[in-house]
Amino acid sequence: MSWKGAVAVIPIVPKDRPVLDDDRGRLLERAMARHQNSGDALIEILHTAQQLYGYLSPPLLKNIARKLRLPPSRVLGVATFYHLFRVSPRQRHSAIVCLGTACYVAGGKDLMETAQRHCDPGKWTIEEGRCVGSCGLAPIAICDGASLSRVTPARLEAGIRACEDKSHDV
Amino acid sequence: MTSDTLRQMRHSEHQRQQGLTDRISCCTVAGCLSAGAEAVRAAIQDQVEAQGAAGEIEVRGTGCLGWCSRGPLVRSSATDLIYADVKPEDSAALVSGDLSRFEGRVIEPTHPFRAGQRRIILENSGKVDPERVVDYIAQGGYQALLRAATEMTPQEIIGEVKKSGLRGRGGAGYPAGLKWELVARHPSSVKYVVCNADEGDPGAFMNRSVLEGDPHRVLEGMTIAGRAVGAQQGYIYARGESPLAIARIRTALEQAQREGLLGGRIFDSNFRFQIDLRIGAGAYVCGEETALLASIEGKRGQPVPRPPYPPESGLWGQPTLINNVETFANIPAIIENGGGWFAAIGSPTSPGTKVFALAGRVLRTGLVEVPVGTSLRTILFDIGGGVPPGCQFKAAQTGGPAGGCIPAQHLDLPMDYDSLTRIGAMMGSGGLIVMDTTSCMVDIARFFMEFCMAESCGKCVPCRAGTVQMHDILARMTRGEGHEADFPMLEELCGLLKETSLCGLGLAAPNPVLSTLRHFRSEYDAHVRERRCPAGHCNIQAEAGAA
Repeated sequence: MSWKGAVAVIPIVPKDRPVLDDDRGRLLERAMARHQNSGDALIEILHTAQQLYGYLSPPLLKNIARKLRLPPSRVLGVATFYHLFRVSPRQRHSAIVCLGTACYVAGGKDLMETAQRHCDPGKWTIEEGRCVGSCGLAPIAICDGASLSRVTPARLEAGIRACEDKSHDV
Repeated sequence: MTSDTLRQMRHSEHQRQQGLTDRISCCTVAGCLSAGAEAVRAAIQDQVEAQGAAGEIEVRGTGCLGWCSRGPLVRSSATDLIYADVKPEDSAALVSGDLSRFEGRVIEPTHPFRAGQRRIILENSGKVDPERVVDYIAQGGYQALLRAATEMTPQEIIGEVKKSGLRGRGGAGYPAGLKWELVARHPSSVKYVVCNADEGDPGAFMNRSVLEGDPHRVLEGMTIAGRAVGAQQGYIYARGESPLAIARIRTALEQAQREGLLGGRIFDSNFRFQIDLRIGAGAYVCGEETALLASIEGKRGQPVPRPPYPPESGLWGQPTLINNVETFANIPAIIENGGGWFAAIGSPTSPGTKVFALAGRVLRTGLVEVPVGTSLRTILFDIGGGVPPGCQFKAAQTGGPAGGCIPAQHLDLPMDYDSLTRIGAMMGSGGLIVMDTTSCMVDIARFFMEFCMAESCGKCVPCRAGTVQMHDILARMTRGEGHEADFPMLEELCGLLKETSLCGLGLAAPNPVLSTLRHFRSEYDAHVRERRCPAGHCNIQAEAGAA
C-alpha cells in the first residue's frame, strides 16, 4: 500500500490553478460528463486523468473532487489506495520487475537487485510487478514497455543500457 | 437479433469457412505475444499473399493454445497440428505445408499435452478470432442464450445450473446454482450480475486468457445469468494490469451491442440486459467480493462484514450475483448440453473441468484444462512433462497467497475442492506453481506473507498488524536469526488471523505458513536450530551459522 506516497501529497494545494483549462482538461471534462459527473465513476475518471496527465497531482485531484461533488479526502483516499494510481510524476524511464510467484521462484529477487544497482534513480522509476501473467516465460522484466522474457541479470542490465542509449539518440 | 438472423449468420460463416482450404491460427496473446507472435502473424500473412493463396488460406490471431513456454504457437485447422517456436522465417514452409522444417516442433492431437486435457472453458480458445463475433457464432456461440431467452423460464435455467453441480471457480467453491437461486428469489426489482475478473493471484492467468481468447463466451454466460436471476445490468470488473483483456472485452461488448445480443428485446423476448466494464486499479483485495463491489461504486476497495451477503445486499444495496469468469464461461455449455451432461464430468462432488496455469519448474508451462479430480501427478507429469532434467520435484503451490504447498507424498491426490482443503491447501483460482529442491519453503512462506502484508487493505487489525508480525518472524528465520520461541508465536498468530480477520485475504493469509509448517517442518528447524538453509537459497551469514 502506498502510504508513503500519501504523505507526500498532503501539502497545501496551491491556489486553484485552472488545470482543466487546456485540451487535456477538456477531454477529462468530457469523460466526466459521459459518466454524468457521478461519484460512482471515480475510478474510471482517475484512470482517464492519469492517462492524460501522467500522474494525479493535488490540484488535479481537487478539481476532480469539485466536479464530481465528492469530498477531496475521498478522492485522495481512492487515488492512494490503488497501486496503479501515481500521485507523483514518473521518471523518464521505467523498469518493472515481475515478482509474482513464478518469477520469484525463477530468480526475480536477483533481477530486482540488478535493476536497483544499475538504474539511476534520477532517470528511472523502478516498480515491482505483481504477476504480468506470462508465467510460462518467467522471470520477466519490462524496460520502457518492452518485455524481456526468461531474463538473466546480465540481459536485464543490457536492456537498461539499451533504453538509455536509445533516449540519447533522440 | 432474432433466432433467424443468428441461424443465418452461423450458416453463411460456415459456408465461407468451408470455401477455405486452411485457416491458420496464430496465438496472439500473453506469452506468445511477448515471444514475437505479431511478427510471425504478419510474416505468414505476407507469405499467403506472396504464394497467391489469399482466397484459400485465412490467417487469424486467436487466443491461447496452451503451451506458453514454446510460443509463438501456430495452429492449422486443416490438419489440427500445432507448431511450436515458430519464427517469421518459418512462414513459407508453414503456408506450403512443408513439415520437414518443423522436426520436433509439431504438437499432434495425440501428444500427451493435448490428449490429457479436456477442454470446455477453453474449447474455443485458439479456434475463434476473439475480435470477430461471427467466429464465435459459427462455433455455436449464443445458441445457449437463444434457448435461455426464448425457450426456458428463469426457473428452468437455474434448475439446469443446479443439476450440473457447478461450483464457483473463484476458489471457495460455493455451488453456483444455490447462489443464483438466492438472487432470483429476492423480491427486489433492481438486481445486478457481476463478473469477477480481478484475477490477482501471482502465478494465475486463466481468467485473463479466457477473456483474451474467447470474450463472448463470458458475455453470453453473464447474459444467461441475468435472465435467470432477473437482472438488467451487469458489470465486468477487470484487472487494470491486463490491457489486452480490457481491449478485447471492449470490442466484444461493442459487437454484442451492435448485433443486439445485449440491450433491449434480446432475441425478440422481453428480456433486456446491459453489461458495463469497470477497470480495477491494482488492489489484490478487490478479488474479495464485497471489496470488489465497493470498488465498482468508486470507493476504496475495502471489504465489509458479511452477512448480509451480496445475493441479499450487494451493489448499491441491491441483490447482486457475483461469479468468477470461469464460472460464467461454463454456463453456455451447461445450458446447451444440459446439467446432467456437465455433472457426469469430473468428480461427483465437484463436477466439470478446471483450468490450471502451470508454471515454475515444470517442463511444459502454460494453460491446461482437466476434469476436476484429476490427480496432481497426471497434471504435472503426464501433461506437464515433469520437472526439467537435473531438477527434483519438491512441492506444488496452489491457490496463490491463499493456498498451500503440496509435497511429493500427496502427488496422487485428486485435485478437487474437498481433497485439497483436507491437506491444508486450496484449489484457489487455479495457479499451479512447481518448485524444485532449490526453492526454500521458509522463504516461499515469507514471500507470500510479504505479498499479503503489502496487499492488506488496513481495515481490520488482525490482518493489518498480524501480517507484519508474521512477516518479521519469517524474515528473521530466513536470515538465520530465528528463535525456538518463534514457533509458538507464529502458530498463535496464524490462529488469530484465521479466527478474527474480516475478509478472505486475512483469513487465508496464514495458509502458506501453516501448510509449509505442516509438510516441511524440518526446513524450519534447520533454519532456526542449525542456522542453515537446506535448499541453499537463503543468505545466512557464516557467523550466524557458527553462533
